[in-house]
Parts: sequence; C-alpha cells; structure tokens
Amino acid sequence: MDTPDTAPPQDVPPSKDDLLVDSPKGPRRGSGTSATVPALAGPQRGRGKVRIGDRLFAGSSRGSGIVLLVVMAAIAVFLTIRSVNAISHDQGNFLTTFEWNTQEGAPLSFGIAVLAFGTVVSAVIAMIIAVPVAIGVALFISHYAPRRMAQALGYVIDLLAAVPSIVYGLWGALFLVPHMLGVNAWLNQYFGWTYIFGQSQPGAQPRSLFSVGVLLAIMILPIITAVSREIFLQVPRMYEEAALALGATRWEVIRTSVLPFARSGIISASMLGLGRALGETMAVATVLSPSLLLSFHLTDPGGSTIAQNIATQFGESQGVGRDALIASGLVLFLITLLVNGGARLIIARRKEYSGANA
Amino acid sequence: MSTITTSPRRSPLNGSLKERRLPRWAPAATIVVAVALAVGLGLGLDITSKLQWGLMAAIFFVVGQYLLARQVEGPRQAKNGLVSSLVWVAFLLALLPLFGLLYYTISKGAGVINGTFLTHSMNLISPNQVGGGLYHALIATLEQVGIATLVAAPLGILTAVYLVEYGTGGPLAKAVSFFVDVMTGVPSIVAGLFILTFWIVILDQQYTGFAGSLALMILMLPVVVRSTEEMLKLVPNELREASLALGVPKWLTILRVVLPTAIGGITTGVMLAIARIIGETAPILMLVFGTDVINTNPFKDPQSSLPLYVYQQYSAGTDASEARAWGGALVLIALVMLLNLVARGIARWKAPKASR
Repeated sequence: MDTPDTAPPQDVPPSKDDLLVDSPKGPRRGSGTSATVPALAGPQRGRGKVRIGDRLFAGSSRGSGIVLLVVMAAIAVFLTIRSVNAISHDQGNFLTTFEWNTQEGAPLSFGIAVLAFGTVVSAVIAMIIAVPVAIGVALFISHYAPRRMAQALGYVIDLLAAVPSIVYGLWGALFLVPHMLGVNAWLNQYFGWTYIFGQSQPGAQPRSLFSVGVLLAIMILPIITAVSREIFLQVPRMYEEAALALGATRWEVIRTSVLPFARSGIISASMLGLGRALGETMAVATVLSPSLLLSFHLTDPGGSTIAQNIATQFGESQGVGRDALIASGLVLFLITLLVNGGARLIIARRKEYSGANA
Repeated sequence: MSTITTSPRRSPLNGSLKERRLPRWAPAATIVVAVALAVGLGLGLDITSKLQWGLMAAIFFVVGQYLLARQVEGPRQAKNGLVSSLVWVAFLLALLPLFGLLYYTISKGAGVINGTFLTHSMNLISPNQVGGGLYHALIATLEQVGIATLVAAPLGILTAVYLVEYGTGGPLAKAVSFFVDVMTGVPSIVAGLFILTFWIVILDQQYTGFAGSLALMILMLPVVVRSTEEMLKLVPNELREASLALGVPKWLTILRVVLPTAIGGITTGVMLAIARIIGETAPILMLVFGTDVINTNPFKDPQSSLPLYVYQQYSAGTDASEARAWGGALVLIALVMLLNLVARGIARWKAPKASR
C-alpha cells in the first residue's frame, strides 16, 4: 500500500485507509497519476509525527471517562458500606419501623416506611397533576399558539424550568400554603368520602403531603413542558402533512402522527420530572410540617419524605445516626434508579416500533 | 397555475361539497355565555371564590363548545374542538401559578433590593432588624459555582468526546454512559451526604465552600456530559471525514473541526448546568455550613450561599428576615435568568448557519 500502483484491483473491497485517502473508485481512476501520491503520502508522514498528540488526547478523554466511573463507583460503594453499618445497628426493622430514633444513648430504632411512603405519594400527586397539563401546554406551544407567541412562550417556559427549587419552596410556604386552606376545605366537603381527601382535623394548616404534591407539580411542570415541546417540534413535517392531506382534523393529526412519534420522549420527560420530584428537598422542607405518621388522609398536616428528613435531621445526628440517614439516602437513590431504568426500558422497546429511527 | 388557485373558480368547493362549519364568532360567543352563566351561578349560589367562578366558566365553555360543534359540524370536528379547548385550558391553568410565582417574587423582592442590600453582609444584624444584605452569600455562591464549573466542565466535555469520538460501542464507553445516566438520578441531598461523610467526617476536613463545590461537581458532571454528547452527535460525519481526508490527525480534527462546530451547543449546555446547580440548597446546607460574615476564601472556614441565605432568612421567621428572603430569591432568579440569556445568546451567535 505504499504507492497507488500496488493498490488492490477494484473487486477487492477497499480498506479503511483507502477510504480516507480517496473515494472507493479511486484506485482505478487515480492509479499511476502523480496527483494521488502526495495525497497518500501526506497523512502517512503526518501520522508518524502527531501520534503523541493523538495518544495524549485520546488518553485524557478516556481518563476523564474513567474518573467519572471511579467517582460513581466510590459513591455507590461508600453509601452501601455506610448503610450496611447503619442497618446492622438498627434495633427495629429498617423496612417497617415507623419511627426514627437515632439519638445517642437511646436504643437505635429507625425505619424507612413512612419516609418512602411520603416520598412516593407526593411525587405521584405531582405527576398526576403535572403530566397532563404539561403535555397540554407543550402541545399548545408547538401546535396551537400563534408562531410569535409560541416562541416567546417557549422561552419563558425554559426560564421557568431553571428557577431554583428554594424559590418554589419560599413561594409555596408563604403563598401557596395559605391559599390551599380553601381548596382543602372544599375537597373535604365534597370528596371527604374518598378517605384520601377527608381531614381528621378540618381547618388545620395545610402543610400536608397534598400541598407538597401540588407545589412539586408546579415545580416540575416547566421541565416536562420544555422537554416535551422539543420532542413535538422534532416530529417530521411530512408525517403531519400526510395526515392533513388525508383530511384529518388537527386533533387527529396530533393523535396519529405527533403523539406516537413523541411517546418515548414524553415518557423520558415525565421521568425527568419524577426524578426531580422524588429528590426534591427544600421545597418539601419549607412546606411540610414533618411527622412520622403514615396517614392516607393526604390533606392532613404531617408526613415526611426521605430527602426532607435528611435535611432536617443531619445536623443533630452523629455516627450511626448519620449512617442511618445515608441508608435512607440510598433507598431514595434506588427508587430514582428504578424509575429511570423503567423509563429506559419503555423507550428502548418503543424504539423498535417507531418509524423515527428508520 | 397561480391564476387557477386564486381565481373565483374555487367557489364550487365552498358550496355543497364543504362541510358545515360554525361561524367564526362562535367560540367568542360561547365564552361570553359561559362566563355569564358562571357569574350568574356564582352570585346565585353565593360562591365567593373567584377561582371557582373561573373554573366553572372554563367547564361551561369546554362543554358548550363541544355540544355546539357536535350538533353543527359532526363528532370528528367536535372532538377536535374539545381538544383545542382543553389545550387552551391547560395552558391557562399552568400560566396562573407560574406567572403568579414570578409576579409574587418580584413584587415582594423588588422593594428590598438596593445598594446596601447588595453590598453588605448580615454581620451583627439580628433577624428582627431591618437592613443587612447578601453580599457575603453572593460572593460565596459565585466562588463555589466557579470552582465546580472549572472542574466539571472540562472533565464532562472530555468524557463526552470520549463517548462520541473514541469509545463508540466499547465496553468502557458503555459503562461510562450507563453511569452517567445513574449519576443524573443522584438526588442532590445524597450527593451532599456523600461528600459530608467522605470529605468532612472521614478525611476530617472543615466545612468550607470547597466542600460545597465538590458536591456541586457531582451534580454538574452528568448534565455537562449528556448535553455535550448530544451536541457532538449533531456534528455531521461529513465534516470529520473531510478533515480526515485532508490528512488532519484525529485529535486535531476533534479540536479544530468537531468542537468548534458544536461550541455553541456545548456552551449552552454548560451554562444551563451552572444555572441548575446555582440554586442547589440541600448540599450547600450540609457542607458550607453558613455564616453571616464575608468570607472570600472558599478553602477555609464556613461560607454562605445565595440559596442557603434565602432558606436561613425564611427559617428565621420574622417580617424583616422574610423580606430579605424574598430579596435573595429575586437576586437568585435574576442570576439564573442572566445565565440563561447568556447561554441563549451564545447559542444563537455560534449556531451553524445551516441549522437555522
């Protein structure tokens, strides 16, 4: 392969090096001409010189990948060791105990049940409220709003998605909670029979899991909207025009061409929101008046989430108490991991059937 | 052709072949009727909450529009109209709290912010006192986020380069890619907890701004990797092939061709990652500890931080401190919006012409 004269005849498939230097048809057309000789010699001469630079760059980029792996492995191993230590000191059952006694001296007894319940319930409430509304808003921006308005709105939604959670927490505690009083009373009056919305002490401050869920819904709404909107805008125009040409109404276009294309994107957007709702700390800590009671009266004050419990407890706990908090953090981590993994599975399965990657 | 399409010969289509349609003013009329009905019902049943009036009007509008369209235009058009109204309602419903939040924060916070607030610390000011400021928190936030970015951005970009350009499909790349996904799911409080036990308890370091930066790095890294990876994937392969075909070595191709092409998107991704971590409160609360005095050294002694400042002022619970909390929240929002604007500006400025 030193000179074009020894290049293989065209029935042999060209190797990668040939492709870099010339087109597949090259060997025949260029054989013997002087023009291809420098072109071929060029990269070879250069390759010898720059191999160090190439190796350095490849090495450093691989090195960063490895650093990232090491950090992640360190977190996983470390959290696991600490959690095992904590659970081995636990006098109660870590999964079913309804208390969190981690003070030195007193018998250690703590369990994840109430915290996990609060975390999951508040996140589920948030998802039930936020996902339909977010899809509606995203559709509005991508398909219903006038174009100029849509651009401005998309921009505003992106900005809102970046508002820090502590601001939502502040607003939730000082504005939303007082305004939830009326909503709670109304729910209690008309939907009290569902048990979920019944209040055991009507008129109590609504620092409840339900209020937290509503606040989280408002918080994750812009995130889900922003991501879904991006997906909706990526739907090939051809799909929509084909549906329109068949006489479909706007809703039929959306149902038959936009939503199927965007389904996996909507799911991953929702999971992104769910992940934030599950791990949210400050917005919960400011709104909730925590208690370790497991109650299905969702509008009653009380309840507790894993992240909020860590934030309020870590200052007072030492030693095994801290390890217990780490164990609860690990559970939170596992819940998020499960959620993300599930979403990934759904997306992977959908991909085979979608025409998007065809 | 154009004469045909613009000629009045299209009129047969407007005749018998065309489906029956509601007049253009129908939605407006439905709105008026729905609002009137809601107000009447609200007054009649003595419902005081204006929110309920609005909700009733919305329901009347959606249902009325549907029934009307079903009568005149048929079920398909009616369903179309129903979804349109639902989308509008969803939009208005979402607008209410989100703009409420912005409006409330601005109206509460704007009165607090002045020269003193931005240039003074909280040193020697009790929660009940009016005055003081967030200078110490602002400086500390900028330092902590700056350190985190200095480490996480290059590391993240290089990792993304590895994923896209070098390790495609290899086992290491797959492992890294998987763990980036896992890392994205790490709740901020867990990252804080990890640094707390590892850095402060086991390695016996102080509560410092740098400890907070470490946690912010963990949170920022996967975001940078993901966004950079997406941007690098968008660079057309033809560009790489053209460069390689000219005999340019791979590393120079990446450095001079691939990265500059994607630089707008990469910068945007980094900026958005910064905007994301600048508001993190939980890890800062655990690691930086908080102080009322100005400490410009992130490697020694506790610092404060903007989100932490907001939380502390809120927790103090007095009128003066709550006002300061709103001021802090407004400054924080302004900072995040500024970063967003800069990111968008860069994206627009650097975007390849073809993609517009």
